[in-house]
Amino acid sequence: MDSAYLIETIIKVVVILLVFSALAGIGTYFERKVLAFMQRRLGPMNVGPYGVLQFGADAIKLFTKEDIIPTGVVAPIFKIAPVITAATAFMAAAAIPFLPSFEIFGYEVHPIVSDINVGIIYILGVMAVGLYGPLLGGMASANKYSLISAARAAAVFISYEVVTGLAALAPIMMVGSLSLIDFNNYQAGGISNWIVWSQPVAFILFWIAAFAETGRTPFHLIANDHEIIDGFGTEYSGMRWGLFFIGEYANMFFISFVIPLLFLGGYGDGSFLGALGLLAKVAFFFFFFLWTRAAWPDVRPDQLMWLCWKVLMPIAVINVVITGFVMMF
Amino acid sequence: MSLEAFNNRNVTEGDYFLCDIEDYPQDGWGKFKRVVKRTFRGELFVGLWVVMREMIRFDIHTIQYPQEKMPIGPRYRAVHQMKRLWESDTERCIGCGLCEKICISDCIRIDTRIDENSRKEVSEYTINLGRCIFCGYCAEVCPELAITHGGEYENASEQREHFLIYEDMLTPIDTMKAGKQLEFEGFGSITPHEDERVKKTPLAY
Repeated sequence: MDSAYLIETIIKVVVILLVFSALAGIGTYFERKVLAFMQRRLGPMNVGPYGVLQFGADAIKLFTKEDIIPTGVVAPIFKIAPVITAATAFMAAAAIPFLPSFEIFGYEVHPIVSDINVGIIYILGVMAVGLYGPLLGGMASANKYSLISAARAAAVFISYEVVTGLAALAPIMMVGSLSLIDFNNYQAGGISNWIVWSQPVAFILFWIAAFAETGRTPFHLIANDHEIIDGFGTEYSGMRWGLFFIGEYANMFFISFVIPLLFLGGYGDGSFLGALGLLAKVAFFFFFFLWTRAAWPDVRPDQLMWLCWKVLMPIAVINVVITGFVMMF
Repeated sequence: MSLEAFNNRNVTEGDYFLCDIEDYPQDGWGKFKRVVKRTFRGELFVGLWVVMREMIRFDIHTIQYPQEKMPIGPRYRAVHQMKRLWESDTERCIGCGLCEKICISDCIRIDTRIDENSRKEVSEYTINLGRCIFCGYCAEVCPELAITHGGEYENASEQREHFLIYEDMLTPIDTMKAGKQLEFEGFGSITPHEDERVKKTPLAY
């Protein structure tokens, strides 16, 4: 392994870590503002002009807060759980091409840490491991609400993962590769080549499962504030709680990258316009996460399991079978 | 705006009608049909549209509190004020002690003496706001309208003694000279411009 490749990879990793940690914070600002506007409020207004520095104030608060390990918790697991959520969220980013490759000072940069051949499977798998954070944190917390939250995390976990995998399977069959770059190149010909036109059902299913994967509002039952306080986060404070938060928001951004790359053409032909197009799609999907939070109610755990196992999974299986038949004949 | 539609509670006349609610399906096929119907009715998009409409309309109702304040009603019972006479600018309080008697939380302390002109004078008047429940009896019983409640609700201070000194409650003499003493409008008085602020309850969207 030559050292240029090593240095390049390390720089990419650091850039992704910094950019998406910052984006996670700015994402919270956007979430508050968008939710506020949709509820006829103003949202944060005091820190900086229109409250844009609220993220900085929150970060300072989280960093300087005392790190409390309550009595009765299983300390090692309690301490490692937030790290699992944040770390797996960023690990999943390793196989996502964020932009088309570009040249800088005559050196070609591929904005993907590693184009491994199991790309999408790796991303979904590592993102799924992220649910061990709520699960372990909830079980180790010695708190009833955290325990309920951990049980719900397990329920969500076994529900959506099947749908995600089966929904992604049909496009994988069409492309014949697991790499997101191959997915992008398959759809590079323009809007008419997008997989969403041939796989609309898989697109909808994957999108629904993405909500369960990130634990956003229709399926926000793992940490439902109005039912179980903050679920697995109840006993956490300071930066440990902040890590859960960063993990959740980074996950939202990464899944917002994965959906357009899988179904909506990604960055297209790799031109500057295509890159802007990908960012616009990501912005839309991120905004949609906030939008649904303002508009939709939460479902119960049993309703989520009913939806995933009795409705979405059969549809996904039928979709895969039909795709297979169409490809065969 | 007419309030008749809200005051008429007789359901046999007017626009009242019975909702047409279907029975819940009992068998599997009926349940399946209900699921399909609900899925494709697009109600989720109605919710999305409603919040998006509000975001585009940008009709913000926030009051940015320290910079902006709501007008407070004259009936509001906040920290007490002692008024002065319009004629002579002297204190209205005649030291009758009725407020001390009627105070149910026993927080008013009044002491009087005979001054050099053989007139009764209030020598000491304190209200312990740590005990006061702001019932308003003192203001109601006062024969001279001397003690009233003000609208000052921002009571944060380092010590609660900051609010119980007689001189702080008394209308400052320069305010009085400028003719700016606010008179208590009496019990039952309504907030200014209250009629314009009456709105329909937003039940229909």
